[in-house]
Amino acid sequence: MVKFYSMGENAVLAEFGTKINESVHKKVQAAANLLEIHKQDWMIEYIPAFTTLTLFYDPLKIISAEKRIRSLPYEFVCRYLERVFKELNSEKVVPARVVEVPVCYGNGFGPDLSAVAKINGLSEDEVVKIHSSRDYLVYMIGFAPGFPYLGGMSKKIAAPRKKTPRLKIPAGSVGIAGMQTGIYPLETPGGWQIIGRTPLEFFKPHDKEPVLLKTGDRVRFKPISLKDYQNWEDKRA
Amino acid sequence: MMTITKPGLLTTIQDSGRFGFQKFGITASGAADPLSHRLANLLAGNDEHLPTMEMTMIGPSMIFHKHTLISICGGDLSPTIDSKPVPLWRPVLVKEGSELRFSVSVRGLRAYLAVAGGFQVPMVMNSHSTSLTAKIGGFHGRTVERGDEILFNRPGALSRKIMSDLKTKLVHSFAAGKWSAGKPLFTKLNENLFIRVVKGRQFGLFTRQSRDSFFNSPYTVTSRSDRMGCRLAGEPLFLAKKQELISEAVNDGTIQVSADGNPIILLAERQTTGGYPKIGQIAAVDIPLIAQAKPGDRIFFRLISHEHAQQLFIEREMMLKEIKHGIQLKYL
Repeated sequence: MVKFYSMGENAVLAEFGTKINESVHKKVQAAANLLEIHKQDWMIEYIPAFTTLTLFYDPLKIISAEKRIRSLPYEFVCRYLERVFKELNSEKVVPARVVEVPVCYGNGFGPDLSAVAKINGLSEDEVVKIHSSRDYLVYMIGFAPGFPYLGGMSKKIAAPRKKTPRLKIPAGSVGIAGMQTGIYPLETPGGWQIIGRTPLEFFKPHDKEPVLLKTGDRVRFKPISLKDYQNWEDKRA
Repeated sequence: MMTITKPGLLTTIQDSGRFGFQKFGITASGAADPLSHRLANLLAGNDEHLPTMEMTMIGPSMIFHKHTLISICGGDLSPTIDSKPVPLWRPVLVKEGSELRFSVSVRGLRAYLAVAGGFQVPMVMNSHSTSLTAKIGGFHGRTVERGDEILFNRPGALSRKIMSDLKTKLVHSFAAGKWSAGKPLFTKLNENLFIRVVKGRQFGLFTRQSRDSFFNSPYTVTSRSDRMGCRLAGEPLFLAKKQELISEAVNDGTIQVSADGNPIILLAERQTTGGYPKIGQIAAVDIPLIAQAKPGDRIFFRLISHEHAQQLFIEREMMLKEIKHGIQLKYL
């Protein structure tokens, strides 16, 4: 069952579950696909998240188009979405795109790799092996432009946030915080344990596709050497 | 064109927001007080969504190199030309070579300067708005600085009519229109603000005492407020049961409560998603008042229904439509 909540006079949040898992994620993805198919001129944009999808709309366009319907815009939108989401079929969600993300672990790019190894009683190589041996699902993008919330990290390499956040973490840094792993698309302050860096650009504001990852993608980290990293950088330049 | 002679505290170019990219984590940005932004444009004869200059607390100074039709709306940052006060909420024709100087705010926090034709800055992801966090949009993705030369687009037909009307009255360094609009929408702006709120998605998760305090005790605007959010201090608000919430979308006017129990009202430069509990949602019509609240101002939250908030929103938009038509009718 889908539940609706108002999020101000121009947004409605649709909730598809209350737990983070792949089955709820697929429902959110299926709902987003339905909105693409049933686009209306009063729809502005939507934000998919772990268990919810929030649609932003233009109430004035609804009022001027729906003069005969004497309901308020929010009620109109809820009724419309209820109808559209009746077709919701998460089986239909197309298999995710796999995005390979090259990472140079350690080597001055991952100042906390040794700390993560120590916390878990592993060698640095073992941490790298575990981190790069499975695919991670992009549950949602948020917090910063192109920042992916990745699910599926092994408990064996979990590590708490740093007590004192760093003031500057370079763009492309790959880190661990608790049970999560992620990539910093922009240089920002942050408290994650940084284990490596990717030469890929995750936020390119002037490109047609401004961010590298989308909700529903799967990320596969591939360890690369310092030399490979530099080659990537040279190619970019 | 204008040349900036003093940058002010935080001066950026903003339009009505960057939409369509929030699903990629890209902040919507746009004017923090969208109402003053839109009114400034209308009074300069522009489309209401063209980029304007947003200034905060201490405004900039600038020289106009040509006769320019402008309008200033929102907070009163004491604008003057040749030491003579320039009125807000009106079209004003500025003589070429004149310097418009803003100073410290005497009322409100943010002023919006519209120039006829709008500021000429490139579109980035469908918007002219500056995002200081992403360093994109507006004037080179940053605040306006001393020595910057900012171009304007060619004024439209309505702006040109207003200009030729005011030109006949241009004796000194500027001439202000006899008519004004928008000022009555801000009569409630003072150091005690009564703000209408709809219950948020997690309202019920707060303790009874927190829910009581939220509507019955004042919250003071702190100096840590910025374009991302208006940060408040007051009776702390706590969840009945400590729990981690799942991140989801937030909106302008969403009231989040951080772990220390203090509420934050999200504004234009907010992130796209958040994981803090949402105790309330400011009625859209009262967001401009929050954007104009100064550190030290006190906010009293008043509960209304979501239906009522929608009705207020529709009434407000109808009023803006009337203002727009009214201006057009004057220059038929």
